[in-house]
Amino acid sequence: MTGPFRTEIGGRIDRTRRIDFRFDGRLYSGHPGDNLASALLSHGVHLLGRSFKYHRPRGVLGAGSEEPNALVRVGSYESRATPNLRATQVEIHDLLVAESQNRYPSLSFDVGAINDVLSPLFPAGFYYKTFMWPAWGWRRLYEPIIRRMAGLGRAPTAPDADIYAQRYVHCDVLVVGAGPAGLAAARAAAQGGARVLLCDEQSEFGGSLLSEPDTTEAGRNRLAWRAATLATLAASDNVTLLTRSTAFGVFADNFVALVERVTDHLANPEPALPRERLWQVRARQVVLATGAIERPMVFAGNDRPGVMLAGAARTYLHRYGVRTGRRIVLATSADSAYGVAMDLHRAGLTIAAIADVRNEASGPLAAAARAAGLPLRTSTHIAATHGRLRIRGATLARNGTGAREKVACDLLLMSGGYTPTVHLYSQARGTLRFDESLGAFLPGGDTGILQVAGACRGIFATDVAIADGAEAGTVAAARTDPGGAPQPVRTISVPDSGALLAREAPCDRRAFVDFQNDVTTKDLRLAVREGFVSVEHVKRYTTAGMATDQGKTSNINALALVANERRMDMAAVGLTTFRMPYTPVTFGTLAGAARGNLFDPIRQTPIHAWAEDRGAVFEDVGMWKRARYFPAARETMAQAVARECRAVRTGAGLFDASTLGKIEVVGPDAAIFLERMYVNNFRKLAVGRARYGLMLGEDGFVLDDGVIGRLAPDRFHVTTTTGGAPRVLAMMEDYLQTEWPDLRVWLTSTTEEWAVVSIQGPRARDIIAPFVIGIDLAPQAFPHMAVAEGTILGVNLRIFRVSFTGECGFEINVPADYGSDVWHAIMQQGTVFGLTPYGTEAMHVLRAEKGYIIVGQESDGTATPDDLGLGWAIGRGKSDFVGKRSLARAAMRDPSRKQLVGLLTSNGETVLQEGAQIVTAANGNASIGHVTSAYFSTTLGRSMALAMISGGKARMGEKLLAPMLDRTHEVTVAPAMFYDPKGERLYG
Amino acid sequence: MQRFSALALARNALSGQTGWQRQWRSPDPAKRYNAIIIGGGGHGLATAFHLARDHGMRNIAVLEKSWIGGGNTGRNTTIIRSNYLFNASSSLYDHAVKLWENLSQTLNYNVMFSQRGVLMLAHNVHDEQVFKRHVHANRLNGVDNEWLTAAQAKAFCPPLRIDAGMRYPVLGAALQRRAGVARHDAVAWGYARAADALGVDIVENCAATSIVRDRQGAVEAVETTRGRIATAKIGVVAAGNTSVIMGMAGLRMPLESFPLQALVSEPVKPVLPCIVMSNTIHAYISQSDKGELVIGAGTDAYISYSQRGALHVSTHTLEAICELFPQFRRMRMLRNWGGIVDVTPDRSPIIAKTSVPGLYVNCGWGTGGFKATPGSGHLFAWTMAKDEPHPINAPFTLERFRDGFLIDEAAAAAVSH
Amino acid sequence: MLLIPCPYCGPRPELEFTYAGEANISRPAEPESLSDEQWAAYLYQRTNPRGMHAERWRHVHGCGRYFNASRDTLSDQFQFSWKPGESPP
Repeated sequence: MTGPFRTEIGGRIDRTRRIDFRFDGRLYSGHPGDNLASALLSHGVHLLGRSFKYHRPRGVLGAGSEEPNALVRVGSYESRATPNLRATQVEIHDLLVAESQNRYPSLSFDVGAINDVLSPLFPAGFYYKTFMWPAWGWRRLYEPIIRRMAGLGRAPTAPDADIYAQRYVHCDVLVVGAGPAGLAAARAAAQGGARVLLCDEQSEFGGSLLSEPDTTEAGRNRLAWRAATLATLAASDNVTLLTRSTAFGVFADNFVALVERVTDHLANPEPALPRERLWQVRARQVVLATGAIERPMVFAGNDRPGVMLAGAARTYLHRYGVRTGRRIVLATSADSAYGVAMDLHRAGLTIAAIADVRNEASGPLAAAARAAGLPLRTSTHIAATHGRLRIRGATLARNGTGAREKVACDLLLMSGGYTPTVHLYSQARGTLRFDESLGAFLPGGDTGILQVAGACRGIFATDVAIADGAEAGTVAAARTDPGGAPQPVRTISVPDSGALLAREAPCDRRAFVDFQNDVTTKDLRLAVREGFVSVEHVKRYTTAGMATDQGKTSNINALALVANERRMDMAAVGLTTFRMPYTPVTFGTLAGAARGNLFDPIRQTPIHAWAEDRGAVFEDVGMWKRARYFPAARETMAQAVARECRAVRTGAGLFDASTLGKIEVVGPDAAIFLERMYVNNFRKLAVGRARYGLMLGEDGFVLDDGVIGRLAPDRFHVTTTTGGAPRVLAMMEDYLQTEWPDLRVWLTSTTEEWAVVSIQGPRARDIIAPFVIGIDLAPQAFPHMAVAEGTILGVNLRIFRVSFTGECGFEINVPADYGSDVWHAIMQQGTVFGLTPYGTEAMHVLRAEKGYIIVGQESDGTATPDDLGLGWAIGRGKSDFVGKRSLARAAMRDPSRKQLVGLLTSNGETVLQEGAQIVTAANGNASIGHVTSAYFSTTLGRSMALAMISGGKARMGEKLLAPMLDRTHEVTVAPAMFYDPKGERLYG
Repeated sequence: MQRFSALALARNALSGQTGWQRQWRSPDPAKRYNAIIIGGGGHGLATAFHLARDHGMRNIAVLEKSWIGGGNTGRNTTIIRSNYLFNASSSLYDHAVKLWENLSQTLNYNVMFSQRGVLMLAHNVHDEQVFKRHVHANRLNGVDNEWLTAAQAKAFCPPLRIDAGMRYPVLGAALQRRAGVARHDAVAWGYARAADALGVDIVENCAATSIVRDRQGAVEAVETTRGRIATAKIGVVAAGNTSVIMGMAGLRMPLESFPLQALVSEPVKPVLPCIVMSNTIHAYISQSDKGELVIGAGTDAYISYSQRGALHVSTHTLEAICELFPQFRRMRMLRNWGGIVDVTPDRSPIIAKTSVPGLYVNCGWGTGGFKATPGSGHLFAWTMAKDEPHPINAPFTLERFRDGFLIDEAAAAAVSH
Repeated sequence: MLLIPCPYCGPRPELEFTYAGEANISRPAEPESLSDEQWAAYLYQRTNPRGMHAERWRHVHGCGRYFNASRDTLSDQFQFSWKPGESPP
């Protein structure tokens, strides 16, 4: 049934359709166009929440995103439940389920309200002064209780079932806010030829036009003007309109972020639709028409359910067709309240009293109210309110005289004037100035790329705001075309409002300033008394302005109180910083589609599908998926790795090395360039030969390594580590472009161009020789570290004779598109030789047996070439290379530096943990190094480890200890070369 | 100093809270001090406190250009831990953790230090190696740190996602149980109140404009927006603004200042029992006493003093959080802010004398300074009072950059922190 | 997200760039002739100004070039940018 507080006609709801929804388990009804607050108010339900600290019963205060009290949890399934939503922003739909929060066992009876009784014990900052005894008490005793009492709603417990989308757009003019000023600005800008984006946080455009009576001061019909303007905008190709879209952040260079709520208002959204959409807008010009927010009055008992902002009551009446009460007391310090009073009066509500704290109420609106016979009392404030879960009456008191009068009411409306919504302007680093006549901070001016129009700069009259918006739109459009006609200018100035900032109701009792966080006048005074005088200190000590509404209704009142207490001007006290976001933004919206496999791109090699078919177990290396091992039926990793290693040592193994970074370095000065970038000599490297290259940072520490082959006098094929390619290329480009621009060298990343099939083992040559055309692979013709170009299976080939296993090996580079074919062919050919695919784990074991390092595993960004036993790579006689100078520093020559050695456990079986620390028997507490790699070697029939040990090279044969959790292992220092130390297999 | 106690609170409950005094005075600066600390953040205030309490120094001032605790002290995500790799680092940070453990009592101010434990997630084999190296190194130094399997990590932190469907599955985690969080503002206020009680002048809204040196080059005075103040000892503890202040004494620093963003969600009932960090996918998260999820990540890319970062840095952080905790996707970002962090080439701090007699500097804490606050203050006060470093901060000199004795945690761990 | 004026391509969003540190720090021609202090100054000391900063960016997801720019580190507003080897306008 229709709620008893619904008007008979009017409002923008669709009375022909009924929507049923649940709140705290009870069934209610409303209409399309309603939000949760308006629908519940239509049933006379005001009590919607409990406050954060004292658990006081709270009703709806506002009608929009400024709402501090009416927070609800929406959603019947955990996978679609959202806590802390403002009932004033939740559009109802069939099947909507909402519940109140922060109460136990029920909203009307909440045991947490004991805090309110004890509130004298809990002033601002009380927790800093106690709960310190005993010392363990905080963590074990007090904090758990406080945590349970704190928090508002319950976080969802199930993964979110919805999806989110993101969009980047450019426009000439972004207009934020589609009230009178914003609509006018968008129309004017569009008429000026600009590409316009207009957004508004509400479900329909119009802003205050939807909340106020039919005609403006100048006799304009508000809704007709709105309709005509919207029709023009909708018909313009150059205009994009976004409702339910909140501009929440303004960043450098007019980068504005919006969140569009796409499906929350729908009962059965299309599954393909995102729940919300993030718009990241780069606008050449921005017009902020973000309106203004009404200020509550500060008086004792100003937080009872049924105490509401005056403008909100007007919105519920005109926009939603809801009477928010029957008998009304109005408390005000601003003329605007009289307009509301007249509206409600005309709608048949009883105005029981209007209490104006000002000594005079002389504006035209007040005069009209007087003429209508409304009971107006000046110099009067609210001394108290009565009622528990709903207001029943208010005590009015004459300022200064003590004369009191109790008035029964079921609704108390407050209007302390309006605060322009300057959040986004301030985020854009615009400067604010305090306007005494408005009692508010106003934008200081436009920034050249961002203007402000309408109520957001203190222009509250609809007709003037429309004119102001139009001017802003015209100026914005003109600015996007600097070559155009003479630039128009803004002509409208901010008028005197006639409102007075009620600094404070003359009342000593507890009055609420920040409703949600329960910050009272007493708290603010206490903070100032305790020396928290900076407004930021006051905020942080009392938590005023730190609730989920971020102080939209409380900041100015808190500031006024502090100014009063400190006997300072508001301007001198200053504002706290406005921070992104304007209203809370869903994590999922910001994270967008980045989940699961879309969290980060997956890089796969051309061999990936084959490896997957073969049952490979993959590991993540950077963004790459690399096959770690290929288990045969029921094999463990250790068994698989042992088998793969045996195959390489006895027959041949095939390894996918495509992830190696590859850079083509070409040009007449390529060799000179590489000599400067790498520690090695390259000028004397013959064409057709390759060399191990070691790269340092300018700080002298090992950065990367790889094999570099010379294909022609002016062409090198450079390989890098899998993870290091982008870093190496960027560093090369940096030096080339900025230090040595005279060098004629060009760099190309070719990582993705080549698939790399590495075949290793004594039978490697036999397997591939039949395929390779144009290259003699015989040992004498193509020795270790040779490189050549030819063809294989009809495709271009670059082949390196290199080994990371200690066996005779070849790295076959073919164009990536053919990688899979070549791999298949070789696998097939190799079957008879026992060719076995092996993964990164076996590769690690094989190279460790040879003492070959992995940059990032043996080295860690603090190792020099000497530390790693790679001093031999440094080209003799080179006067300079990147990092050389740093190697001469004192620390680099310190004999106690950690050096790469091998370690053998005494029992030969234990595989040490990588990362294990090494100590001496003499001092079991001082680490002298750590294990970098440790494996069981099938080839050796025992475990082995590589380690970085302080002064390690001088410790050969020394017995050391590796203390582990369970026991301490004895180890012996050995050369970091466990297999074929003479390299006979390598060169064979 | 007016002692805080349950009794005092009860007494004030009856008197309408009228009995509380200012927590610290608001003096005008004197003409001369024996020592001046430039920078009224947690580290600077702690330094003044220890100078007065441990070294009997009198006539000390802390100069703050704005309001105390308004820099990184009030802008960080309050994670406190000491599971660093190198002995020099873990000794430094563990020194601080030990002081944290009694800080509320030391200051008679509840800083709400809560040892909830930190999980540092490993997402690949390399992470596993790195964190195990940390675990072993820490244990050898008496710093608690243990390795957990993914299942154990989930048992410690039930909301954590560990399934294999993740882009970067959780393979395990290093857990430091003594790690925790604290109430950041309270640290600044607690030190200010305690230092003030020992006679330290805390002068807010007083910016240093130049450092005056005598003919021998030694420190003589500070020019400020509130006049010239003579002193023979200056400790610069100015975080992101260190380069600017040191420039006043003619010194170029090995520092760059980057924006560091953090954000909180709307408050919810307790849902996350500990701190979770992932260096590999760049995010960390904890839940405050108030119920907000407190979230941070790495710095923006470029140097800046704007205290504002870019949205894409926050979105990247939340991508990671939503991947680890998909049930938090519907939670909402309430507030986002930026600080200015001063970063050294090796990501380790400088707590040291300088080449200018009488000038000391404590800087370079990067993204991890809050955790060190008590230790940093204690060690820097020692260094200033004795004109030589304490053994714990002896490695953290300026000269290490010249000689190459870097303490490069970031490079060593291949992680950012 | 900054809008960065690439002198080759025009203004582009920050995501296309990598920051490359302070500008005008040239690698010494003869590092071996420098003292440890001088070398450390080259490696590590930076102006880090609060205000105008001459810095380098690389338009990595664009033309790939390094260039110089002048930006106010208090507002993050770019003043201008210029190619390596040229003088600032």
